[in-house]
Order: sequence, then structure tokens, then C-alpha cells
Amino acid sequence: MKAKIVITPKKAVLDPQGKTVQNALALMGYTGVGAVHVGKYLEIELTGADKDMASRQIAEACHKILSNPVIEDYRFEIE
Amino acid sequence: MSEPAITPELVQKHNLTPEEYEKLKATLGREPSYTELGIFSVMWSEHCSYKNTRPLLKTFPTKSPRILVGAGEENAGIIDIGDGLAIAFKIESHNHPSAVEPFQGAATGVGGIIRDIFTMGARPICSVNSLRFGPITEDAKRANSTGANELSPIANNRRLFGGVVAGIAHYGNCFGIPTVAGEVYFDKSYEGNPLVNAFCLGVLRHEQIARGQACGIGNPVFYVGPATGRDGLAGAAFASQDLTEESAEKQRGAVQVGDPFMEKLVCEACLELLATGAVAGIQDMGAAGLTCSTCETAARAGTGIEIELDKVPQRAPDMSSYEIMLSESQERMLIIVHKGREEEVKRIFDKWDLPWSEIGVVTDTGHMVVKHHGKIVADIPARKIADESPVYQREAKEPAYLKEVRAFNLSGVPDTQDPMADLKALLGWPTIASKNWVYRQYDHMVRDNTVVCPGSDAAVLRIKEDCLPAVSATQHATHTTPEKLIALSVDGNGAYVYLDPYEGGKIVVAEAARNLACSGAAPLGVTDNLNYANPHNPELFWQLKESVRGLADACRAFNAPVTGGNCSLYNQHPAGPIDPTPTVAMVGMIDKPEHITTQWFKDEGDAIILLGEVVDASDPLFGLGGSAYLQRIHGLKNGTPPRCDLEKEKELHLALRALIYSGVVKSAHDCSEGGLAVTLAESCISQQIARETPRLIGAQIDLTEEAVPPSPPLEERAGERRPVPNLDAAVHGDSPTADRAAALRLDALLFGEAQGRVIISVAAVDAVKVLAQAKILGISATRIGTVGGEGLQIKTPGATLSGDVTELHDLWWNSIARAMR
Amino acid sequence: MNFAVLQFPGSNCDQDVVHVLRNVLGHSARLLWHKDSSLGEADAVIVPGGFSYGDYLRTGAIARFSPVMDAVQRFAADGGLVLGICNGFQILCEAGLLPGALIRNRSLQFRCEHTFLKTATADSSFTSRIPPDKLLRVPIAHGEGCYFADEETLARLKANHQILWRYVTAQGEPTEAANPNGSLDNIAGICNEQRNVAGLMPHPERASELILGCADGRLVFESMIHALVGKPVALAT
Repeated sequence: MKAKIVITPKKAVLDPQGKTVQNALALMGYTGVGAVHVGKYLEIELTGADKDMASRQIAEACHKILSNPVIEDYRFEIE
Repeated sequence: MSEPAITPELVQKHNLTPEEYEKLKATLGREPSYTELGIFSVMWSEHCSYKNTRPLLKTFPTKSPRILVGAGEENAGIIDIGDGLAIAFKIESHNHPSAVEPFQGAATGVGGIIRDIFTMGARPICSVNSLRFGPITEDAKRANSTGANELSPIANNRRLFGGVVAGIAHYGNCFGIPTVAGEVYFDKSYEGNPLVNAFCLGVLRHEQIARGQACGIGNPVFYVGPATGRDGLAGAAFASQDLTEESAEKQRGAVQVGDPFMEKLVCEACLELLATGAVAGIQDMGAAGLTCSTCETAARAGTGIEIELDKVPQRAPDMSSYEIMLSESQERMLIIVHKGREEEVKRIFDKWDLPWSEIGVVTDTGHMVVKHHGKIVADIPARKIADESPVYQREAKEPAYLKEVRAFNLSGVPDTQDPMADLKALLGWPTIASKNWVYRQYDHMVRDNTVVCPGSDAAVLRIKEDCLPAVSATQHATHTTPEKLIALSVDGNGAYVYLDPYEGGKIVVAEAARNLACSGAAPLGVTDNLNYANPHNPELFWQLKESVRGLADACRAFNAPVTGGNCSLYNQHPAGPIDPTPTVAMVGMIDKPEHITTQWFKDEGDAIILLGEVVDASDPLFGLGGSAYLQRIHGLKNGTPPRCDLEKEKELHLALRALIYSGVVKSAHDCSEGGLAVTLAESCISQQIARETPRLIGAQIDLTEEAVPPSPPLEERAGERRPVPNLDAAVHGDSPTADRAAALRLDALLFGEAQGRVIISVAAVDAVKVLAQAKILGISATRIGTVGGEGLQIKTPGATLSGDVTELHDLWWNSIARAMR
Repeated sequence: MNFAVLQFPGSNCDQDVVHVLRNVLGHSARLLWHKDSSLGEADAVIVPGGFSYGDYLRTGAIARFSPVMDAVQRFAADGGLVLGICNGFQILCEAGLLPGALIRNRSLQFRCEHTFLKTATADSSFTSRIPPDKLLRVPIAHGEGCYFADEETLARLKANHQILWRYVTAQGEPTEAANPNGSLDNIAGICNEQRNVAGLMPHPERASELILGCADGRLVFESMIHALVGKPVALAT
């Protein structure tokens, strides 16, 4: 199994990277580009077979260490 | 796994000539295996063997009683700084990898040189770098402008510049080494082939010097650090060929990725291990990784070495012996341990959570034997491959363009029409402008030793007890270590070297020494990085040969032996070769804290004194040849550069230091690119108190009577001012004698780059004393003005320049940031 | 006084703090390895700067799970003085010992330069010896020093006077130009509600000796020492 985790900055948090990418896209002539949010993507290989258990573990890890709830949101899927 | 057959094509792909291949076969006494071919190709690449440059390198002065480890002996030279302490330092290029992937290329360059230093047993305490890029701004008239679609190369130059700086910052900051000094030039010749020269300096006690030698038959050989992957395969060979679009593209997948965090751990663990005394020899895995480290350690010790590749930690599956031997995965070390003390290695590397593996043993065969899957895949006489690489005496021919350069005169160049506008243009020219956009991205203070931060002529560091590697628990440090002060500067004006390789080479060293003298330091030694184009081209090789002669003469003059360095050849792009660019990092020592001198003016009312001649009357171009002024204002990179009189230069440095030691000098700034006007402006605007808080100070300068060459005898100059002659006629070009008229060109007076000049400031009450002292010391000294007043005002025979220091500061401080926005 | 200076893999200002406490201020300071689970004899703890664990997941994110951090949590809960500098500040925020978080500089670039700091309150063990209205000139060196907290937290910080230092101009004004990283409200350093744990991005240990250009940073350490002994300290120079 594999956990695929996406971590993004909370909307309220200043995201200078996102802002810079947004400006760059506009400069390059891409129209219709709104706010950009730059986050992180993690892929974790899992050895177990119990999907529910893995899901619980990953949720806990996301909350405890992989993201910082003060500034980041996360979502993940297990496949 | 089947290995490719050795064909002439394969040999050629390995950058070995048919003659070299014959020599290879003679060395082995048979045909090589594929792995052996790979090993030879990297060991005999220019990067590892210096086959094209070795005869030239031998001409450098390398001896001094202070030298503990000399050039070429080990990974870095070591110099005694007294009280049982020593410094190890070296500069190395990472030009080609940075052209391909600027961030990682530069980062791994920094990492590589840091490893070279702690391999010597020294604790790395500072980094310095020298960088070259294509232009990042569109000037009205660019030197050698092609006129065609300029925008895209500029965007690419900015990308390379930004990436390289970020990469250096990433690696150095994370490792925790301050990047304290550097230089950046922007010139068309570096477009597509940036130069990234990284320097590192470390400190150690004499008895802590470690050797890269596989000593002691039967001693186990350890591999420590991260696992080996397919990174940077054959990077050394890559660095030894012309950079083309194709080669750059091909290499993109193979660029090494640096891990400064890993390096920090490896460094701490190695220093801790060295303190135990369990280490018989230690060598980093730099270019050509396992190959170089095993061959060189065995060759230096006169032993053999046998390793088993199955024991090498591997990151990628199914790596061939060829790949493992040639991988350039970063942050790896080879350590030869005294037999019976293996447990200490394991204990320390486990403490730091670092991978280690015992991969082989030192033998008495003199051969480097590599086994993989139970078979011998390479068996090479180590000393022969390391020491008996091919050496070439390349053909040198004076380049044709020099005729045109020597014929160049100022008749076609109109004198400055608006000197203040030209001064502003020069201050904002990225090569001259403040490099704060660069060094504010570098942590230049970590380790609490940076006494003079970037932004003055030379960086000054203190060396205190905790700079030294720990001594073992058993041998207690018996006495406290006295603090030392060292100064560092790195220099290299490629335009000068291009226009006159010999004089240009001298100037590179002279400027570094002058920068040190301005900071209050006397030279200890230098490390040089020779960045040139293809040595097979006789004209390009002539540049190399002549400039090395200049460098060597100057190093002798300043008593600054070369302790090692690096050659980077084949720096050229389809558009042409780079300017020949030797960069020299010079390290000096300052005896007492009160001698530390910075470049900016300190107090209103202080007297401003020029040490050296106002104009070099013997130079037909009056210091304008190759000048920043001709390049920036007139779009000309032409004319014979200023002469460098080594004797005079040396006297100037001695006199300047004597004045500094006497305690009267409040500031000292060397006169280089942009001449007197830029130097004076920088002295007014370069002190930075804090973020957004410069300390600006005005200066009132009077050059009206100084525009008259030739310089009168010293007796007349040192005293009171002479009456101002009427120069109007001469200034406007109506003078009866042509050379006199040319001498009085305003641009030459303000922006000429005559060598051997320094601007100092002293308290007004000391001015007469200093002028008298200078006279006794045999150097020319002239009071040219006073610190303070409204802005920077320079009176000349032709015009009076008035500049608002806030505006000058803004142009100088923010130009690069604006270009990079 | 006995200071414990934590040492994580990747710490690189640990020696600097030890140097200042020991050689400049004349106190006892020792390095404490991240795998240690006890602080031993410590009167105060300093979490120094650097790139703990390479700052690879997030700054300070991995370090907070080191064994030594459990001991620091207990020490802080018992009222012990803990100061986090730069990466140490980031670690204390990640560990929940201080509110808020430190995110990437607004410029997206690492910044190393001197800043002026205005001390907002003398009512803490980290600021008590700083004369009112004295601006401290202290360098920063970080890529992720932009202080962030939600509105509620920020309001609480203000109400409780937990903001200890702000970035200001040479005239003492907390302007945008004086703010090197985009921190909310120009915040350079804060303390917890109990006022025994503090963190700041600037490096007082790099501004504690005149040979390095400035000794203002000493006031931070002297405040701690003052709080620990309850009386003024004779200083070694």
C-alpha cells in the first residue's frame, strides 16, 4: 500500500511562494490564473495490509508531525 | 551483467586519445576491462590529473617556512599561524555542474571544498566564493554586444546567478559555515558558462593534521556516509570537455544532489573520530568518488588497496561496478583505520546515525584491486595511474587579438560629458554595485567569529578556541589558545587578463594583497583557481601560460606562496571562450585587533589621503585600458590594462600596514574597478549599520591640481598644496602637446584604474604627520580632501561633481536587487 | 549558573551560545545531546539555532520529537527558563511550548543582516535587564522567520504582553521596511503565558562582544541570569 499525502498552507497564512508563482504565470501570459498555493506532496510506502489501520496511523502522523496544524492543512489517500 | 566491448569509439567517449589508450595498456600490460577504462578516464582527466597544466603549476612559488603541507601533497595546503595552530584552505571550481543545474551545482561545489578541508583534520570555519555570470542588466552599450535578441540570454543569466547564489546559501547556511567574502563579475564572456569557485578554510593544531594515505598493511578500509547512487556519473570527465548544449543536456539527469545536513554530521563524526587517534588515513570521495579516493590514498602511501563493491552501501538497485566506482554521490568519506580499532569507528558513526561499512583492506601489492560479485573487475597499479598520468606541453601562440588591443588608443573615445552621470552608471553597474543581494542570503556570522562582515575590502575573522577540532579525551589541552585574526580576499579581473594575460595575472594577486593590506593584514598564502578555455587552442593556452607567469611573479613579490588550487579548463560556450579568469583567494594575518581597518569613512573632518599616484603618467591609456568605465560607458572591452609595478605595489602595502600599525588610519579602501571616483563614493556609502540603515557620510574632494602628470618628485608632493595651474586649455583638448592633453582627460582622472592606489582617512590633526611618514616610507601621498559636508563633491579642473549620498547609495546598494526582481 | 544548551543533529549555533555563556559571561554551560533524556543539573535551557535534521520536513518539526525535548517539556512545566533562538524558536513553536509558527520569509530568501529590536516589555525573565527605550542591534540569519499566528492567538499575545521584541527602524518605529521577514506585527520574539519560555529569531549570541561589532545581545542572557540569581550579576569581560 501507499499513502499519498498533500499538505497545503492554510488559506489565512501568507504564502509568498504561491504569490510568486502566480505573478510568474501572469507575467508569462497565462490568463485566468487566480491564487496559487504551494504545498508539499509526500508518498509513503506502507508494508501492512490493513487499510483502516493505515488510515488511522497516517491521520495521526499527519496531525502530529507531517503537518503543522497552525499553518497547514492536509489530506491523504491510501491506495 | 555483460559489459560493453572496448572499441575505439568507446575509448573516445571516455575522452582518452588513442595515444593515451596505448599508455593505459602499457600501464596495465593488457587490455582494460570496462570498469578499468572508466577508472583511467577519470584519473587521467584534466580535473584529476592536471595533465595540461602541471608543467605550468610547477612554476608557482610553493615554499615558505610557514608551510606545513604544500601544494599537491594532499587535499589542501596547510599553513602555520603560530602557537601550534595552523590553517588549511583551498579553492575549487564547480563551473560545469553549475551551468547544468545552478542550485545543486553550486551547492555541491561548496560541499566538496568543505570536505577537502575537514579531510585534513581541520574544522571548517569559513567559506568564500568567486562567481562569474553573463550580464544581468541591459546596458545601453554592452561590451561585445551582439545586438541580437538580448532578452533571453539575460533572463538565463539571472536564472543562473539566482540559482548559484541560492545553492551556495543553502549548503553553507545549513552546514553552519559562514560565507564571509566573495566577488561577482558579470560579463558577456561568461554567458552560458558561469564560473563558480568555492573556497573553504579550516583550523587545526599542528599535531591534528590528517593524511589521505592508505597506511599500514592490513588496516581495514571503511566507507562512511550515505549510500552510493548513480549521481554525477563521470563528472570529472564531464568537467574536462567543452560545454555544449548537448553535453549539458546529457548531464542534466546525472547532477549530484547535495545534502548539507548529512555533511554536517559526517564532518562532526570525522573530527570526533580523528580525535581518537584510530584513523590511519582519511580521504573524501570527491570527483570520481571511490576511484580517486582509493587510488590516491594507496599511491600516496605506496601501498595497495583492495575493496569489495558488494559491501558498498548502494541506493539504486543493480548498480554495475563501473557505476559504483565512478559515482559522485556526495558526502562520502573513505577512512583507513588502525587494525583493532574498528569498534571506535562504529561507535562514533552510530552515535551520529551515519551509515558505515568496512569495504576493504590495505595491501602490500601496490595495486588497487576491486572485486564485485566475487570477481576482480579492476586491478591497477595505484601509483602509476595516479602519478604517471600523461603530461602535455601544449603549444602556445600569442593571440592575434592582442595586436588590436595594443594598438588601441583613446583618440576615438570622447572624454566624459557628464562625469556624475557616469559615476552613477558605474555605481549601479552590477560588477561594481554592492553585492548585498548576494551576501545577505549567506549566513556570514554563524560560529561567532566574523569581525568584518562582507562589504569591506577583506573579511576579517577571529580564530578562537572553539574553532579547533576537539582534542581527544585523554590528551588534555595544556594551555589556552590565544586568539588569532585572519583576513581573506578573493579577486580576479578577467577583462584585464584577457587584454594582457601577464599584467592581468599580476594584478589579480596584487589586488588581493592590497585588499588584505587595507584591512591591516599581511599575506600568509594563496590558493588559486585557474578558469580557462580549451588548452588545445594555442592562443587560449598562451593566455593560460602568460597569466600563470604573472600570478607566479606576483605571488613571489608578496611572499604569498601558493598552497594549492584547482584548474578548470574547457570553459567555453558555442559563442566563444570565457575571458581567461584566474581567481586568487589570499589569506593574511592581522597581529592585533586594533589593526583591523575597514573601508568606509568614519568621522566628519577627517583628512582624505590618496596613497599612490593620481594618474600613471607612463601609461598611454592612463589606467583606462580594460577599465569598467570603458566597458560600461563606452561599451569597449579593449586597451592594454594598467601596469602593475610589483616593487611599488609591495612598498605601498608595507607603508599602508606601517601607517595602520601606528594607529592613525581610520579607513582604507583600495582603488580598483571604477577608479578614484568609485572608490571615494564607496568610502562614503558602504557602511551598513543594520537593515535599511546605511551610515552615509559626505566627502569634499579637490583634484584640481592633481590632474597634472607627470607626478612631481616626492619632496614637493608631501608638503603644502601648490598653486593651481590653469588647466582649462589642456582639459578642452587645445593643449599643444598631445600626450599632455590626453593625460588630463577627466575620465582618466576620475575613472582610470591605475594600480597601486589606496584611499585612507585619518584625523585632521594627523594628516601632516601621515604625509611625512609616507614620504619616509617612500610612497607618494596626497591629501585630496576632507570627510563630511553636503554629499560627495569632487572638484576637478574641468568640472565639479556633486552627488547626493542617499542617491548614490541607492544606486549602488539596490541595483542588483532591482535587476533580479 | 548552569546552562544546558541542546545539541540536535544539524544544530550549528550551539557552540556560539556556549562560548558567550562561558567565556563572555563567565557561567557554566554544557552541550546536551538530543538523545539524552535528562537535563541533569540545569538552571536554564537554551535551544540554539541551526538546521536541526536539515529542517527537512518543516523547521523544527523533527527535533521536537527528540528524547531531550520530553525533558525540556517537563522542565518548562515546572517553571524552568527556556530560551529558543532562531531554529530553537521554531522548535519551541513546533513543540507547542510557544504559540504560533514560523514560516518562509516574505522575500523567499534567506536573510542575514543586523536588525534593530525594540523590547516591548521588561516584565519577563528575558528582558528585565534591558533598559526601557534601548534599541538592541542584533543580527538575524534565517530563511523561515516570518512569525504567524491566527487572530485570536495574536490578540491573546498582545493582551498578555507576550510579545517581547519587535523589529523596528533606527528610530524605533515598527515599519514594514524594518520587518525583515514579513512577521505579523513585526514580531521578533515572544514568550509563553507563564513567561518562563521565550523564543526569538534574532541571534543575541552573535551580538555579545564588541569585537563582533555589538554587545546588545548580552542583555538577553543577563536578564536570564538576573532572574535566576535574583540579583545583578558581576560580568566577566
